[in-house]
Amino acid sequence: MIEALQLPPRKDPQKRTVSPTRPPEARSRASLGLSAAAAEGRFALQVCAECNAVQYPPRDACSNCIGTDLPWQNISPAGLLLADTVIQTSTKLYFRERTPWRMGTVKLDAGPVVLCHIHSDCKKNAPVTMLNRLDAAGQGVLLAIPTTRTTNMEDDPLLRALSADPKHRRILITDAWNPNTPALATALIEAGAAAVFVGESESWRPHPNRAALAQIDKVEVQPLDVTDTASVKKLAGEFGGKTDILINNARFMRPGGVLERGDTVFARDEMEVNYLGLMRLAQAFGPAMCGRTADGVNASAAWVNILSVNALSNSPDYGCFSASNAAAYSLSQSLRGEFRSAGLRVMNCFVGPTDDAWYQPLPPPKVLPAAVARSVVDGLKAGLEDVWCGDVAKDVRERWMRDAKVLEREMTTGVDGA
Amino acid sequence: MSTLETLAADIASGTVTIVDLTHTLDPDFPVIILPPEFGQCARFRMEEISAYDHRGPAWKWHNLTLSEHTGTHFDAPSHWISGRDVPNGAVDEIPVDAFVGPVIVIDCSAGVAENDDYELTPEVIQAWEAQHGTIPEDSWVLMRTDWSKRSGDLYLNMKEDGPHSPGPTPDGIRFLVEGRNIRGFGTETVGTDAGQGAHYTPPFPAHYILHGAGKYGLQCLANLDQLPPTGAILMAAPLKIKNGTGSPLRVLAMVNR
Repeated sequence: MIEALQLPPRKDPQKRTVSPTRPPEARSRASLGLSAAAAEGRFALQVCAECNAVQYPPRDACSNCIGTDLPWQNISPAGLLLADTVIQTSTKLYFRERTPWRMGTVKLDAGPVVLCHIHSDCKKNAPVTMLNRLDAAGQGVLLAIPTTRTTNMEDDPLLRALSADPKHRRILITDAWNPNTPALATALIEAGAAAVFVGESESWRPHPNRAALAQIDKVEVQPLDVTDTASVKKLAGEFGGKTDILINNARFMRPGGVLERGDTVFARDEMEVNYLGLMRLAQAFGPAMCGRTADGVNASAAWVNILSVNALSNSPDYGCFSASNAAAYSLSQSLRGEFRSAGLRVMNCFVGPTDDAWYQPLPPPKVLPAAVARSVVDGLKAGLEDVWCGDVAKDVRERWMRDAKVLEREMTTGVDGA
Repeated sequence: MSTLETLAADIASGTVTIVDLTHTLDPDFPVIILPPEFGQCARFRMEEISAYDHRGPAWKWHNLTLSEHTGTHFDAPSHWISGRDVPNGAVDEIPVDAFVGPVIVIDCSAGVAENDDYELTPEVIQAWEAQHGTIPEDSWVLMRTDWSKRSGDLYLNMKEDGPHSPGPTPDGIRFLVEGRNIRGFGTETVGTDAGQGAHYTPPFPAHYILHGAGKYGLQCLANLDQLPPTGAILMAAPLKIKNGTGSPLRVLAMVNR
């Protein structure tokens, strides 16, 4: 049984902060399918298109028929723990700092025997469930956990390292004005967050969330305007060193495409908040968060962006807003590269139309604040990179994966008439 | 001594003092808020270009973003639909002698302390004239409310039915423009109109009547409590922006001590 993880004591100011180290990052191109699946929390392996043999480890030709068409498919995560061992030392610094380290072999119901990390509560010859999780190097790794829940199982050090669990972490939500902020703060605190800081811009005017936020225990409202570099730097100066998870939910949006507005004023505001706001936050908070990814129980763990799914493919009804989100999405990919060496995750939560004033004229389904909150918390717990929140986002993702051009053509259908 | 030499000597000796009527351009200073589907006034923003560093080793400078109507600012006639066809209605066209001139101050601070929606009416103006004399033609008229001493959300004083702040009634501003042919009208609030000014006829009477008559506006002024009711000289020169409808500016007053 795993001891419940305790809120860490205040940090000893005389001790140097542990520098982040990383597990090996190098993979073959064929293997990266595992990381792509892990980014979405899927357990997938290559399956031969010719003979249906499930492959492990990833490869370029089928181990059964030497066929080369080996698409990645979601497969059953069920298996049986065959054997395990505990590694006492390693030449790799990352593992050396974390030994003893349990590994073993699992016979998958789908066929192959896989070599994987083993959760402390797994019993030999007992059923296990496989997880495919991103490690600190951002690569998919396999982990066996008990099929039946055990007490405090999320607090297993290995499982915690393969997640960005909010438990005991201090979290900054950037925009008090966003209708989803009270739900996000509540969900994070329910998930065990030690504190939630909420950035409030323009406190010189009232906004509807102020009263709701004031009632949530452990929520602290701080001045922050992502369009104001000085404001972002100031908050980072004060709280950057204790921001373990940053959730950027700042959003500026107005409906309309390029021709409807006839100017660039709102488009500029959208870029200021949705794109440059992200950049300002990253420049101010990124370095300190990157320096604290190995800082104990409440080490920094994740950077979260809440993006419109139209970042992937433009919806001309909200054309300029979509474009600003595409810019933010692209920037998030740069941040993944820039944060990678430190092991700081970047999680994008893609949402469809949300149930708020600016999407009011659209028919349902629309995403409720509680759904965004649930997706973010679940995504953090599973250490995901890409989260699809709501039916619309999931549908767009499916169509985008299938054929981005077909999706674009569907999204840009005209109307008849003069 | 010439007039200007005398003036320079008086400023040097403190016989004439210069009062700064300007708020600092600050990202947190409120701007007017319109219904969100309308275009909005840009907040003041400052982005560092370099600060004696790798981006420019020996110098520090910033790029600014702001609206013509951000912070303490000047309203030109072309700002309002009623003034769109006024000759020389843009800030770059206004004759420069309009930027320096006499100013009178009507102290409404006692009334405003009692009522956020205090109105400047012809009766209030006439009561002031009974004490200080008829407002001279071509003067600036400033409405002192001490509103500039408010900060945070008390400044806009936004409620669910809109902002609540003092300003002139339609008859009040008409009295100043048609009855006294003033040069312009200035306030300590975010606009020359009252917070609830949209509900007058005409809506936003200060903007409508002032600018329709080719008069100017000043808003977000400060330190009006340091000005005498009469006898000061106002210096309010907007930036020379091509076709500009207004401009942030440094507003100064010369006061005889």
